[in-house]
Amino acid sequence: MEPKRIQAPLTDEVMISLKSGDNVLISGVIYTARDAAHKKLVELMDKGESLPIDLNGQIIYYVGPTPAKPGQAIGSAGPTTSGRMDAYTLRMLEKGMKACIGKGLRSQAVKDALQKHKGVYLAAVGGAGALLSKKIKKSEVVAYPELGPEAIRRLEVEDFPATVINDTCGNDLYEEGAKKYAR
Amino acid sequence: MRELAASVISDHVAEMCQRANIYLGEDVFKALKDSLESEESPTGKEVLKQLIENVEIARNEQIPICQDTGFAVFFVEWGQEVHLNDGTLEEAINAGVRRGYEEGYLRKSIVDDPLYKRKNTGDNTPAVIYTDIVPGDKVKISFAPKGGGSENMSAVKMLKPSDGEAGVIDFVVNHVKAAGPNPCPPIVVGIGIGGTFDKVAVLAKKALFRPVGETHPDSVFAALEKIILNKINDLGVGPQGFGGRTFALAVHIETFPSHIASMAAAVNINCHACRHLERII
Repeated sequence: MEPKRIQAPLTDEVMISLKSGDNVLISGVIYTARDAAHKKLVELMDKGESLPIDLNGQIIYYVGPTPAKPGQAIGSAGPTTSGRMDAYTLRMLEKGMKACIGKGLRSQAVKDALQKHKGVYLAAVGGAGALLSKKIKKSEVVAYPELGPEAIRRLEVEDFPATVINDTCGNDLYEEGAKKYAR
Repeated sequence: MRELAASVISDHVAEMCQRANIYLGEDVFKALKDSLESEESPTGKEVLKQLIENVEIARNEQIPICQDTGFAVFFVEWGQEVHLNDGTLEEAINAGVRRGYEEGYLRKSIVDDPLYKRKNTGDNTPAVIYTDIVPGDKVKISFAPKGGGSENMSAVKMLKPSDGEAGVIDFVVNHVKAAGPNPCPPIVVGIGIGGTFDKVAVLAKKALFRPVGETHPDSVFAALEKIILNKINDLGVGPQGFGGRTFALAVHIETFPSHIASMAAAVNINCHACRHLERII
């Protein structure tokens, strides 16, 4: 099946069209955040303070890249395990985040929240950091430079490949895929 | 007594850190290519193609295979006729890690205080080092950069001797099933059986250093490796957990004698980027 091309940031219309198992190619602007950045963002939300980035319609990519060599936009940049962000994901969705890219299982609470907020969970191929780095054309640290690999980066991506795991209707590729090939 | 300068160890370690993170070993690369042939799921095949392409891009353009360039783990077999000059082995290895990770543009993934401050040490030290004193005048250094995502999916269980083979199989297969897509399948599964609580975990780690394609030297355990591998692949989890027939590339078991009251078992998982290198100095 041909992959669907989508433009970031995302609209509700696009969200509803995405189904579990779809392959997508993302182009546009996305932001990175891992454990430490999420913790800081949610602390700001708790205090009622404004965030360093506007999350409306955004895709958050769970990644901590290797340092870029001279001439590179970014170093190796594959997804990290998403489950560690489960504790923060509901809050991020409430602030307008529409999709997150990572790898691995999500909690039931996150899956429910995705349905409620018309969000999707995407997986990129874990451990394909060299290949994925080629799809990132520009990278700029926009918050928390002191966190090093965990800083928030603004990425310009072109045809960045990902697969829809959890869609807005509550489907889950991890459950359905394994059932199909189990013996 | 053979005299060896600490700087020689550091130089080798610095080079190994960079090489292991950029060039996937032929053993694992072959296993990935073989699995593309046998995989039935179209989505699974697509993932395996991306992984093979990723290995090639990493080699051709000198980019780390994965952004998680790991905790630096070393097994050192130190010949007892070798005397180290100008420092300790620990200092020499850490100096090599520091240099290798900086010069190689590798990610620094270690924080000092594990609970409260979690401040990055900035140079990927300290390394985890296991040392055995062996006969002879050579030093063998085995290195693996161990990713955090797969390491988190590990477990130790103190089984009862009466649990037998079925107990080991159930523990491992259920554990790997629960890990699912998290450790970046297709995975390599390291299993330790025997020893104490601490020893069995080290055995499971050591199992991941064995080249993919080699089996346990005892045919009984080699057969068990095969049984467990088939059961894991029959879960249908597949590459990246998207569904398919290649959840694991290999299962490696390491064993050690056991206390009469115990049968310790451990699982340590590696992602498909099962990076390991050795040097004999």
